[in-house]
Amino acid sequence: MGIQSDSIEISGIKKSFGTNTVLHDISLTVSGGEVLALMGANGAGKSTLVKILSGVYQADGGSISVNGQTSIIDTPQQARESGIVTVHQIINDGVVQDLTIAENLILDQLCDGRFPAFVNKGKLHERAAEVAKTIGLDLPLDTKVAELSQADKQLVAIARALSVKPRLLILDEPTSSLSEREALRLFDAVEQMRDQGVAIIYISHRMSDIRRLADRIAALREGRIVGLFEKPLDYDGAVHSMLGHAVGEVMHDYQSGEASRVVFRQVQLAEGSKPFDLDLKTGQIVALTGLLSSGCASVVESLFGMHEFASGTVMLDGAEWRAASPNQAIKDGVYMVQEDRGNNAIIPDFSIENNTSLPFLKSFSWLSFINRDREKARVKEVIDLTKVKYTDPTAEMSTLSGGNQQKVMVARWMLEECRVLLLNEPFQGVDISSRRQIGKLLRETAKDRVTIAVCTDVEEALEIADRIIVFNHNNLVGDHRIDQIDMPTLIKQIAAAPDADFTALSSSKTQETDIHA
Amino acid sequence: MTNFRDHAIKYGLLVLLATMIVFFSIAQPAFLSMINVFIILQSVSIVAILALGVTATLAVNGFDLSIGSTAAFSMMMASYVMIVFDGGTTAAILTALGVGVLVGLVNGFMTVQMRVPDLLATLGMMFLLLGLQLIPTQGRSIAAGMSLSGGETAPGKFTEAFLFLGRARLFDIIPVPVVIMLVLAVITYLFLERTRHGRVMYAIGSNERAAHLAGARVKFYRYVAYVMSGVYASIGGILLAARIGRGDVSSGNSLLMDGVAAALIGFAVLGAARPNAQGSAIGALLVGVLLNGLTMMNTPYYTQDFIKGLVLVAALMFTFGLSKKRG
Repeated sequence: MGIQSDSIEISGIKKSFGTNTVLHDISLTVSGGEVLALMGANGAGKSTLVKILSGVYQADGGSISVNGQTSIIDTPQQARESGIVTVHQIINDGVVQDLTIAENLILDQLCDGRFPAFVNKGKLHERAAEVAKTIGLDLPLDTKVAELSQADKQLVAIARALSVKPRLLILDEPTSSLSEREALRLFDAVEQMRDQGVAIIYISHRMSDIRRLADRIAALREGRIVGLFEKPLDYDGAVHSMLGHAVGEVMHDYQSGEASRVVFRQVQLAEGSKPFDLDLKTGQIVALTGLLSSGCASVVESLFGMHEFASGTVMLDGAEWRAASPNQAIKDGVYMVQEDRGNNAIIPDFSIENNTSLPFLKSFSWLSFINRDREKARVKEVIDLTKVKYTDPTAEMSTLSGGNQQKVMVARWMLEECRVLLLNEPFQGVDISSRRQIGKLLRETAKDRVTIAVCTDVEEALEIADRIIVFNHNNLVGDHRIDQIDMPTLIKQIAAAPDADFTALSSSKTQETDIHA
Repeated sequence: MTNFRDHAIKYGLLVLLATMIVFFSIAQPAFLSMINVFIILQSVSIVAILALGVTATLAVNGFDLSIGSTAAFSMMMASYVMIVFDGGTTAAILTALGVGVLVGLVNGFMTVQMRVPDLLATLGMMFLLLGLQLIPTQGRSIAAGMSLSGGETAPGKFTEAFLFLGRARLFDIIPVPVVIMLVLAVITYLFLERTRHGRVMYAIGSNERAAHLAGARVKFYRYVAYVMSGVYASIGGILLAARIGRGDVSSGNSLLMDGVAAALIGFAVLGAARPNAQGSAIGALLVGVLLNGLTMMNTPYYTQDFIKGLVLVAALMFTFGLSKKRG
């Protein structure tokens, strides 16, 4: 297969749901061998456009043509036949959990009958290995996908999409659950595809992805393309037109905090990692950052009673403290906004109202009977406080956008006085304006509690934190004040190989606590 | 026409119930007589009680297949205490209820501690109890004056007080089992819909992990659900023993299917699309009305199971097919 220069032309795509026009008139051209980054806040129409291109929805008007020939894309099957392959944001749609990696990779071949009825395992692995090689997927092929990390599942889903040799590859927020190192592998794979002549539409919130990959940028706002940028790319201009208002750097004053509330003493995150001490004060927002599985998540999860620290003790308001379960943590005033809210936080059958009140039903109940009027009133207070955009509080959560769902999940923990608020990846799948609102709220309410947020994305950490603590391979390797931050050092600490000499890195002058090696 | 669809989902089953009642009472005027109304209610009371119990396990996303055999085993144990040990009313009832609690705890242990999937654990329990109920009497039914394995005659009999539970009528008209069923239905409704414990059980059923991370004591509530289910089944067993006045080895046979069917039909009542107490009771009533009406119109008895199956399948399609939750 030589390098073809396919050209995919999208012209005049319109789509409405009822009276709500989601896409007004989208026209775009993508050529083989280029990456078009598509940026847009949540609700801008990105996912609708993706669903139309992948045949999930049908457009109300407009056409899609490949190399000048109009393609009719009414079903996902037709999209695939036209060479348009999409890797959706929700990873679990792209993989079959109970099958092995090898079986997943060649699932399309298995399903369309290219394999005989009795599948020879050796042959299967041989073909799967070929597919795996295309994106440098380096995992034992007979592992079940269910046992993989989110990141690896994502890579399997992408590899699977690539196995059909697409003309146009659409990647919808592919790095949202990847660590930076894993993202680098993905970038390599994307670049490899591009060099092979595939046209790529890359949808992302992450500027770092876009800076690395984009050849062109299209900004989408309220169902219209509001900006099309060619090289040399004006990134700030793209963000500007996507948001419709200027994004100044969110700068806040450093809060030094008041009383010590959470004190770690010689805490070890894993067997063999270095014990650390840490003193967290009320009124301060502390962001923990590091690559995926760097240990940031273990810190908050262990505080919340989901795991135990390998060793060491934690003091809460001066007394030794440990939560045996989330239930106990909550009783002691330690609350946690979970990552991956769809799996870990949202009760899908419950209304917005009932989702909000779930942890603190006791405070609206008498002899276990719920006082619904009080529940309604209190819930309204907190969801208004977190600026949830809703029309009917008794509607299901699925009626809300991702950003608003997350605001509900934050609102939940604002119902009662809080001593420690833990947040694990609070901005996952949250649009920028909601993210700003949540960040602002966290800062405004931070006064009487300790706030610890895990943000793998450094930009998010910078946006909300007074203090940024870096973990790397279960070791605390850096501690920075937001007003004295030295980015090169911070990045080095995040990205350093695990056996690097941390004492050298951590001797930066921003150090607040000692790190016990 | 989404409005029509919403209404169809919400009221479809109730409209069907009303239509059946109107139809049967036109075709057979005796259908709506006070006596027949209570015959219907009495015939569904035990099934409805079992359905209410299974509703609790369905609420936490469990499933109790052992309800039928728990009822049967409770019936046998109550009869055994009364006939063989001459133990009296209270001892018989407490023994039966104890069976329900114990079965619930073991089901809870299997599903929570041993992580056996609910369907398999309770299927196993069902077999175990079906077998166990035969052992004390070497497979025979229990009746007053039966001869024991040693050759002597069993000393006890069913007490009046015990039989009262199954046979008496309040104000000479409302059968006691119906009263018990209604009381349990109201209690279960209030518990599941109005208390925070019920709310938490539904949360667990919808997303167990999220509920756990919001502070729900998931294991505790799963035990509660299975114990409720076990106790309700044993109440059903007591009423059955009291109604037929003997410990009959085969009389619990259809209870499981009928109870589960009623609870599942209940999903479709008022568009709840989830297990709910009022739905389960109405589901049981619907089946009862249909069977009673058809019987009055001389439909052969052997078509009964087929008809129940038909109602169940239709109700399930209502719930899942028309529901807006599925795209």
